[in-house]
Amino acid sequence: MKTGKTRKKRNILEAANVIRSKNSGPFELTLDIMFKDRHYYDLFRKERVITPAKVARMYGIAKEDVLKVIYFEPSLAVKMTIRRRIPSGAPGDSDIYGAQQHAPLLNITF
Amino acid sequence: MPKTRPATLPEFRILSTTAILGYGFPETSFRRGLKKRPHLIAADAGSTDPGPHYLGSGHSFTSREAVKRELRLMIKAGVENRIPVVVGTAGGSGARPHVEWCAEIVREIAREEKLHFRVGFAYADVDKKTVLEAIARHRIQPFPFGPELTAKTVKETGDIVAQMGVEPFIKLLDRKVDVVIAGRSYDPAVFAALPISLGYDPGLAIHMGKVLECAAIAATPGSGSDCAFGTLKADSFILEALSPDRKFTPKSAAAHTLYEKSDPVHLPGPGGAIDLSGCSFTDIGRGRVEVRGSRFVPTEKYWIKLEGTRLAGYRAVSIAGVRDPIMIKGIDAILKAVQERVRTIRGKDAANGRMIFHVYGKNAVMEEIEPVKETKSHELGILMEAIGRTQEEADSILSLTRSTLLHYGYPGRIATAGNLAFPFSPSDVAMGKVFEFSIYHLMQIDDPAMFKTEVVRL
Repeated sequence: MKTGKTRKKRNILEAANVIRSKNSGPFELTLDIMFKDRHYYDLFRKERVITPAKVARMYGIAKEDVLKVIYFEPSLAVKMTIRRRIPSGAPGDSDIYGAQQHAPLLNITF
Repeated sequence: MPKTRPATLPEFRILSTTAILGYGFPETSFRRGLKKRPHLIAADAGSTDPGPHYLGSGHSFTSREAVKRELRLMIKAGVENRIPVVVGTAGGSGARPHVEWCAEIVREIAREEKLHFRVGFAYADVDKKTVLEAIARHRIQPFPFGPELTAKTVKETGDIVAQMGVEPFIKLLDRKVDVVIAGRSYDPAVFAALPISLGYDPGLAIHMGKVLECAAIAATPGSGSDCAFGTLKADSFILEALSPDRKFTPKSAAAHTLYEKSDPVHLPGPGGAIDLSGCSFTDIGRGRVEVRGSRFVPTEKYWIKLEGTRLAGYRAVSIAGVRDPIMIKGIDAILKAVQERVRTIRGKDAANGRMIFHVYGKNAVMEEIEPVKETKSHELGILMEAIGRTQEEADSILSLTRSTLLHYGYPGRIATAGNLAFPFSPSDVAMGKVFEFSIYHLMQIDDPAMFKTEVVRL
């Protein structure tokens, strides 16, 4: 193993055991990542692996459409809330519950 | 270990039957819960999750048969053992038609089981005049990403409901009813109202209600179709599952406050918010978790959440597969050209109605925010969604688009007999009315018990 700088990037699945998306009301989509243990939670938090700018980039949306990124220690989780592309159930919506919008998060490396 | 509780507040026990009335629960779990001598049997019966259709149409998204089975068990046990039974957001969306749907089921159960009891109804409907006045008085607030509320929108909206807090429940329970059937309610209110009226801490009571409203979803393994049990004390509450294959863990209980919320620490509701920043979750053995430190912080003004939907048109859909690799390669340009051609054929009618293609195998789930741009599937599923001002208009847009796409001569085409594999005949389905959320706003009110209530003896 080399020093930290040249260390091979690892995939999020090594650090997390729950990655999911769901509506929070009809206008918001909320994304959760729950870490396997405190070590990963602290690491992600300290190294700012997930920022509003990064969430915007992953989803190809404007930075204003990322409402917040919040770390929640009791469940070793980080929560990201973004704007839904269409309000839930309106014509053209593709995912009423917002339950299948999490896949881009599976590409996170750290 | 828990501290000795003050003698003035003995523990208050709640049996939560299921995450949404109609989602089901095993009778064995329910009986196990009853053996623990609950002071309250309660269930939340609704959600806006299934989308705007149900509030708009007045229909329930749960099955009548399932709701009746569950209510029969709950009401029989409640009336026979003198335990109040409380149900919130009756009928799934909690407007008057939904409450009446549920009330009819309750009447049938009383008749069939020869039970006599007092039912309290609380209606969540808010009349348009009240909302219009609130707009004029600047007492309406939108949610993030939601639009401002206008008088025009209020006029276009059907039934408007508000999520009631604990106050209407307390009002009914004070009148010694055996069963409460309420319209749209803040989910935790069905669990928290009675203990709050008895003097228990509202922060703990609402937080416990927040977990119990999803029944065993917050246990591990989680389930929305199994019961959960909560014990509220003076300065903590305890959660436990009621089937031997599940348990609550500090992580599962804590994780639940993330679910469907944009902020896990600050959870707003009618009249205030619960603040979980000082919360602790402790494993106390035998699959039980004890929670401490949840605080209720009242807001200066009392705000409630309004919900309403309006008609967005009528829908017709058709599903077809594509297996031709040349067509798959050119799919975006082909669909665009077909849209264009249909628009030309419809002439001045093209200003009305629209056609939306959902291309499964490409980006139908995430649409324009799908980061994977290169399609590698060897087959695609095309869901054609037509929206019109009438069903006839939607049907006609769909029919025209479907036939145009079927025979469209795209560049490089070698399969000249037809472009689509239809699984069904008929290929087109009329879906009826399409609703959209038009009101999802906060409204400031003066009297939290403003909701209409009535007590009926069965």
